[in-house]
Amino acid sequence: MKGLEAFRVALDALRGNRLRSLLTMLGIIIGIAAVIVVVSIGSGARQQIQSQVEGLGSNLILVVPGQFDTGNLSSNAPATSTLQISDGELLADVVGDAAAVTARVGSGAQVRAGTVERFTTVQGSDQNLPEVFDRPVAEGSYFTGADVDARRRVAVLGSRTAELLFPGADPIGRQVTISGTRFRVIGVLAEQGESFGVSQDNEVHVPITTAQRLFAVDRVDAFAVKAPSAQSVPQLSEQLWRALKDEYPDQTFSAVTQTQILGVIGQILGLLTAVLAAIAGISLLVGGVGVSNIMLVSVRERTREIGLRKALGARQRDVLVQFLVEAVLLTTVGGLVGIAIGVACSLLVDRLSPLPAVIEWWSPAVAFAVSAAVGIFFGVFPARRAGRLDPVVALRTD
Amino acid sequence: MSREHRTAERPAQHLAEQPADERTPAIEVVDVTRSYAFGSTTVDALRGVSFRIDEGEYTAIIGPSGSGKSTLMHLLGCLDRPTSGRLRVSGRDIGELSDAELAQLRNREIGFVFQAFQLLPRSTALDNVALPLLYRGVGAGERRERAAAALRAVNLGHRLTHRPTQMSGGEQQRVAIARALVGEPRILLADEPTGNLDSRNGAEVMRILEELNGERGVAVVLVTHDDEVAARAHRQVRVRDGLVERDSAAPAPAPAPRGADDDVHDDVHDDADDGAGVRRLGA
Ligand SMILES: Nc1ncnc2c1ncn2[C@@H]1O[C@H](COP(=O)(O)OP(=O)(O)OP(=O)(O)O)[C@@H](O)[C@H]1O
Ligand SMILES: [Mg+2]
Repeated sequence: MKGLEAFRVALDALRGNRLRSLLTMLGIIIGIAAVIVVVSIGSGARQQIQSQVEGLGSNLILVVPGQFDTGNLSSNAPATSTLQISDGELLADVVGDAAAVTARVGSGAQVRAGTVERFTTVQGSDQNLPEVFDRPVAEGSYFTGADVDARRRVAVLGSRTAELLFPGADPIGRQVTISGTRFRVIGVLAEQGESFGVSQDNEVHVPITTAQRLFAVDRVDAFAVKAPSAQSVPQLSEQLWRALKDEYPDQTFSAVTQTQILGVIGQILGLLTAVLAAIAGISLLVGGVGVSNIMLVSVRERTREIGLRKALGARQRDVLVQFLVEAVLLTTVGGLVGIAIGVACSLLVDRLSPLPAVIEWWSPAVAFAVSAAVGIFFGVFPARRAGRLDPVVALRTD
Repeated sequence: MSREHRTAERPAQHLAEQPADERTPAIEVVDVTRSYAFGSTTVDALRGVSFRIDEGEYTAIIGPSGSGKSTLMHLLGCLDRPTSGRLRVSGRDIGELSDAELAQLRNREIGFVFQAFQLLPRSTALDNVALPLLYRGVGAGERRERAAAALRAVNLGHRLTHRPTQMSGGEQQRVAIARALVGEPRILLADEPTGNLDSRNGAEVMRILEELNGERGVAVVLVTHDDEVAARAHRQVRVRDGLVERDSAAPAPAPAPRGADDDVHDDVHDDADDGAGVRRLGA
């Protein structure tokens, strides 16, 4: 019997039992659709984070206290930072450009304007931030070196914070109160947009010196250094780390590049996606067991048919192929439907929920291959059983 | 699956004129036994059976229930292997053939007609009849043509797309006969073909089998409990307790095919030109 004939015979058999075929496929459909959705959400998250890390500004190196370990973003970070504002000069010397280094200390705080009060991130930074992080000011201006040195109480608002505190009004020149201290608004940052449904523009920038007094700390959370070119990033990162290590031999620091951050995030997301996809894959496995089960029932029900086919000249292999094609047809048709549903659900998730979802071209292809493999794997046992039936015994069954 | 080989020489008519001893035996059974292991005991369904069936012969196997008739038919049809002894079908020792070769032998040399028809309930008459050709690698178009011709030959030209559930028992058995003859086998085996039919339909089926034998020279072996049916065969083999008790063609090994025994009725061919008779296949 040729392949095409086997295909037609299998199709007839499946059509003869439509409802059962459909229910059997359901397990495969759900499994494949779930895997596709999980993988698209994982890919979407990775792409979004990637664009954010790249959006931080190009050729960025972050200098942080503690050990930055690939595989864990925040491991061994000391409870209190050992970096000081003055260390910025050391780093600027290494880069050879004072404007390429910016320091940061951050904390959450209550911010009030008139009767409107919000909890938001307060960023202590300096005049170099807009350049280093590619964050232009949309209205007014950012604070200057003089503002930082004089610990002036001036604030630059994120676009969302500006909207929340001063709806419909121009915030420039107005007053805001941060943790009980009054600040004058001198600028509004350009909008950055959302990430995972959360606005990236809900923040207030104040001079780092003012922030340290406000939070009663003298630490710096991190320095960001802008390398002059992409090629210089790895070497510069090494030099920055060396310079700090020479200064403070008994402390640990890390100089982290965007590539390293992306690598770590990629690993974490990859692991997360793999775990979720594996959980979704279990339903595929259960679907496969369902196919096996139904095929065994089908072999038993059609024992006489098998006996007859053998009496008329079907070889063991012909019968095996017939049932195997039937199982594979079940799972691949189920797989195709599952792919369609998975793709549709991914598009819906992307459009209707804060989660980003990106369908990679390979995920439907792999899903199809997997569903065919499930059919072969779970179909081969019932098919062999069918092929091995003794025709005399099979014909006598009723 | 290889393409069908059309056996060039199957000159049944010529054979009939040859002296009996020079005929090729279609089936040769030598000292065949068949035992079924049944836990600690064994059932000896056949206990040493020998005979031969020549090309174009028409044989009835009779005997009481449980005597081993069906067991014997399964062996003749290469559906089963003997426990001991030798069985040659169309010149090939089935003990030496693999399962796949046995399947091929069944497909080419043997047509089966069963008491319970054994049609695929969801398939049309045409598809049921074409089934043996499927396992011979015949293309779909030719399968249809030959199946239609076989159905017309059993007077079912008007029932091509009917399903078994839409047909009477007699019609179903005629579909089964069409299926048995579509592959132009050398041997047709029928285990109680009229067992599930009323006398009128049974007679019709018997006439078709007789005409197949008479016109095409197909060797027919049938099992029956009906004395009248048995009497119309050229030869009767009576089985009892797994042994051949009486063979009307005895003494073996060279029986005259017809006219040599009182039990044989020579009027078989009278029906040949009857309008309802078996028509030639194909064109
Ligand atoms: N698969 C089997 N396992 C065990 N014993 C079997 C098997 N098949 C047949 N037998 C035994 O072999 C003997 C012959 O059986 P068989 O079916 O050949 O009889 P039969 O002559 O066809 O009878 P009937 O006229 O009732 O059809 C019986 O005793 C039966 O019980
Ligand atoms: Mg029987």
